Amino acid sequence: MMLFLPILISLVSIILLIACRHRLKCQQWISLLAIVAQLVAAFSIFLKLNETGHLVAQAGSWPAPYGITFVADYTSAMLLIAVGLVSLAAIIYSIGFVDEVRQRGGLFVLFQGLLTGVYGSLLTGDIFNLYVWFEVMVISSFVLITLGAEKQQLRASVKYLVMNLIGSMLFVAAIGLLYSQLGTLNMADIAFKLRAQAIPPLVNSAIMLFFIAFGIKAAVFPFFFWLPASYPRAPIAITAFFGATLTKVGVYVMMRFYSLFAQLDIAFWQPVIFIVAGLTMLFGVLMAASSYDIRKILSFHIISQIGYMLMGIGLFSVIGLAGAIFFIVHNMFSKTATFMAGGLIYLYKGTYDLKKLGWIYKTKPFLAFLFLVPALSLAGIPPTPGFFGKFFLLYAGFEGGHWTITIVALVVSILTLFSMVKIWNEAMWKPELESDKLKVKSVRPAAWMGTVLVVVFTLLLGLTVGFTYEYFVMAAQQLIDPMNYIKAVLPDLVLK
Amino acid sequence: MNVIIALIIGFLYAVSIYLLLRRSIVKLVIGILFLSYATNLMLFFAGGLTETSPAFVAASESQDAIIANDSLPQALILTALVIGFGVAAFSMVLIYRFYKETGTVDLDDLSDIEKL
Repeated sequence: MMLFLPILISLVSIILLIACRHRLKCQQWISLLAIVAQLVAAFSIFLKLNETGHLVAQAGSWPAPYGITFVADYTSAMLLIAVGLVSLAAIIYSIGFVDEVRQRGGLFVLFQGLLTGVYGSLLTGDIFNLYVWFEVMVISSFVLITLGAEKQQLRASVKYLVMNLIGSMLFVAAIGLLYSQLGTLNMADIAFKLRAQAIPPLVNSAIMLFFIAFGIKAAVFPFFFWLPASYPRAPIAITAFFGATLTKVGVYVMMRFYSLFAQLDIAFWQPVIFIVAGLTMLFGVLMAASSYDIRKILSFHIISQIGYMLMGIGLFSVIGLAGAIFFIVHNMFSKTATFMAGGLIYLYKGTYDLKKLGWIYKTKPFLAFLFLVPALSLAGIPPTPGFFGKFFLLYAGFEGGHWTITIVALVVSILTLFSMVKIWNEAMWKPELESDKLKVKSVRPAAWMGTVLVVVFTLLLGLTVGFTYEYFVMAAQQLIDPMNYIKAVLPDLVLK
Repeated sequence: MNVIIALIIGFLYAVSIYLLLRRSIVKLVIGILFLSYATNLMLFFAGGLTETSPAFVAASESQDAIIANDSLPQALILTALVIGFGVAAFSMVLIYRFYKETGTVDLDDLSDIEKL
């Protein structure tokens, strides 16, 4: 029952939000309350895990593999909490940042719609149900990215729509192939059948299709081009939330599928993942280095950071996977914080163009500080969480003897620092051109509050890593040996 | 029968990829529709093609005597169809707005998006 709570809260809040769609204040409060309630639910799921390790709920009491199963383990529970915290900051920031027309146009309903999909994808244990949650998430994001319907937004959303639909269709095709071979949709049951019998011929094709479908969603190397074309066009509050949730859920599902299915053929998948991860990192960071628009630089960095998470999946050791999960959480906070600080710069200066910006450090030192913390975190400077994330990954890389990918990760890390220093030099330190001085618009305090909140989360994650580390390790151990997952979902199974 | 179905699905995929690669945005949307038809058809036949076997078997009849048909893919395809319908409606509204705002249906005009 507890596992359905985050989704139930979302659905109820969507109904309430539609009911009071003419009252903006009422909508804002309902959204905030719903997100706080989801956060409480996420924490209680996490605490309950300490007793059992896995939480399983069967929808309608149909036993697995016949019904739809919901499963929580440490990975999904920690991501639930991280999504809750980020969405809390993002909704506060949106209240301050997004114009009133968009807020009245259904922003809060769509926000909750997207969250429903995210929570569902994190918790479900059934591949077709996963597809449905992905669609819930993606359709909400289609509307969010076109909200306001400016010319540039419409152009951007065409690319976004087409790529995501192709991804979804490949996902369904893969489900069809897998079902025709194994006759089941329950993830634990599939994992068990793949371990119990010889692998049927079409299963590998299905897993490859899954990899491409989630690769499109997560914006990895050959499929990333829709992201920089579409993300920078939406209002930055929405971009910040997208960057924190959509691509990360794609990576989470890849992690889950790698643990349950693809690790059986690790000799094939490990090099594939490493090549994709390395190229994703490199292309993202190189394109960021050549951009002069804050939104574009940060969007390219989303891609580059996805490469690190993939690297952790490819390493598939305890420290590597713990690093990858830590990196997802760290990226949710740090990336959102840089986007939000960039949005504040826009509110004060009216532009995202680095060539026109300057002297923010002199005029708004606190804003410069709010940008500095997550920027250093993305680059990986201690004591920010980015340092620890990269440290775990690189440590695992050297330990496993995977030199090439580890050295690529190190080089990309330096290039990331270069990009962040570029934004810092151009926007914060450079003297402002007299002709480009724009008058300061009024900034609603909620925009500041949201940014401060997520910067505090970033700092806390970095400072408490000594306490949280063991949970990330436990999550990684659960992923490496999925037998407990399978046993938790299918208790009557006789295992060899 | 299996071969014919496979050929039809393959043909639908070919049509959709051809349309997706066209420059016109209208053909792009039709391509997406065909992609979802091909995928849905594939999902539909995931349960296997069996002739003259029932979908439901009465409890009184011996379970071993009759091979029951797998009806789950038909439930899945219903879900996929509904989602596909919603997405198709949204993409048609989107291209209409796109046409209204930009006055073009040529996807190559999208490329100046890279210029900020």
